[in-house]
Amino acid sequence: MKTFEYARPSTVAEAVALLEQHGPDAELLAGGTDLVIEMRNAWKVPKVVIDLKRIDELRPAIRENGQWISISSTTVMTDIAEDARIQKYFPALVESAVVVGSVQIRARATLAGNICNGSPAADTAPPLLIYRAVVAIAGPAGRHKIPIDDFIVGPGKVALGRGELVTGIELPIPRQPIGAAYTRLTRRRGTDLASITLCCSVEEGGVARIAYGSVGPRAVLVEDSSGVLADPGAPDERKSEILDEVFADASPSLRSMRASPDYRRAMLRVLGARALQTAIDRFGDAS
Amino acid sequence: MSESLIIEATINGFRRSFEVAVHHTLLDVLRDQLGLTGTKECCVVGECGACSVIVDGRPMNSCLMLAVEVDGAEVTTVEGLALGDGHLSPLQGAFLDAGAAQCGFCIPGQLIAAQALLDRIPHPTIDEIHEAMAGNLCRCAGYEQIAKAVQAAAEAANS
Repeated sequence: MKTFEYARPSTVAEAVALLEQHGPDAELLAGGTDLVIEMRNAWKVPKVVIDLKRIDELRPAIRENGQWISISSTTVMTDIAEDARIQKYFPALVESAVVVGSVQIRARATLAGNICNGSPAADTAPPLLIYRAVVAIAGPAGRHKIPIDDFIVGPGKVALGRGELVTGIELPIPRQPIGAAYTRLTRRRGTDLASITLCCSVEEGGVARIAYGSVGPRAVLVEDSSGVLADPGAPDERKSEILDEVFADASPSLRSMRASPDYRRAMLRVLGARALQTAIDRFGDAS
Repeated sequence: MSESLIIEATINGFRRSFEVAVHHTLLDVLRDQLGLTGTKECCVVGECGACSVIVDGRPMNSCLMLAVEVDGAEVTTVEGLALGDGHLSPLQGAFLDAGAAQCGFCIPGQLIAAQALLDRIPHPTIDEIHEAMAGNLCRCAGYEQIAKAVQAAAEAANS
């Protein structure tokens, strides 16, 4: 690994100033499960590495204020999976956090890093889309928040400008009953990137929402308000027609070594139907 | 900002202060600087678990961490598992008894993952053992014996 300057700011403002000063020569370090590999392989050769883990403001990892749960940008997957509030309000996010990598990876990898890395296969992207997450950003011009759907742009790309960093990901606590489920397709159990990631929710008023990733440049969110998908009694043929439309935007890579486009398209339908059923069952339990 | 830093960390129960290059991983420093060669370098991408160490109670891949990141932390390597009198820990003994070590290369990482599990869940189910050890590969495929050793260590602690 090439050497670099290591910075350990204690405030967000300090981190922003360093980022602004060094621009593309700086890399942010949170969990490092991607960055350390990229630096070792010289895919990234930063002049400055800014470690976010000593910033007081980013602790405690998870906060609740009655309407929102805020997850700071240095919060690791294990913290998310073990948090009783997240288990209660956002079970599908827990389901996605517990399948990332291995125990060792989950003790280190952060939720914000999973999103900021911009991988189309990010496990936590679909549940964050489903739960209407908002990304809190600090930068030279001040602070702002943007919906996760606008934050995720494409492979390796998120909506961050020069000098900007993510301070946290915020989730509105659902006011109405919601049933949600996350599932994914991998070649083996554990330590594998997903060939499909999929999260489905069923909400009041017959609304069903499906977010899916790893079958195109970024995870996408589709809403069905026809009531058919959310209806436990609707005939399978009707559901099947709507699922066809939901997955019409899937454009799996032809070059992926993980799965062929045909296989991914076929399995999307299978995973979609299964997650939908689990979401319907959970909605029934919740309401 | 600097290219080397003096850090303080508790390594296997001993508080130590030492200078590290900021671009050296924890794995590099443990093996090459501190002489703790029980921790193994293998895949260096966080998939095999041979470099596992316990940091502040959680198992982590030392190949994916910079040494500077453990400043102030408590680190346990496989060398730290044996008892103060130099005898093997009950878990290490169970690995021997079950014939869990074949070529032995993955065993330090397996022991660390298993110890971290038993610290958290003293009497794990077989599914919990499999999940906790899923980040540790064994190319001799000794998984059956490894899981049995973990179970045996848990049962022995019960009696």
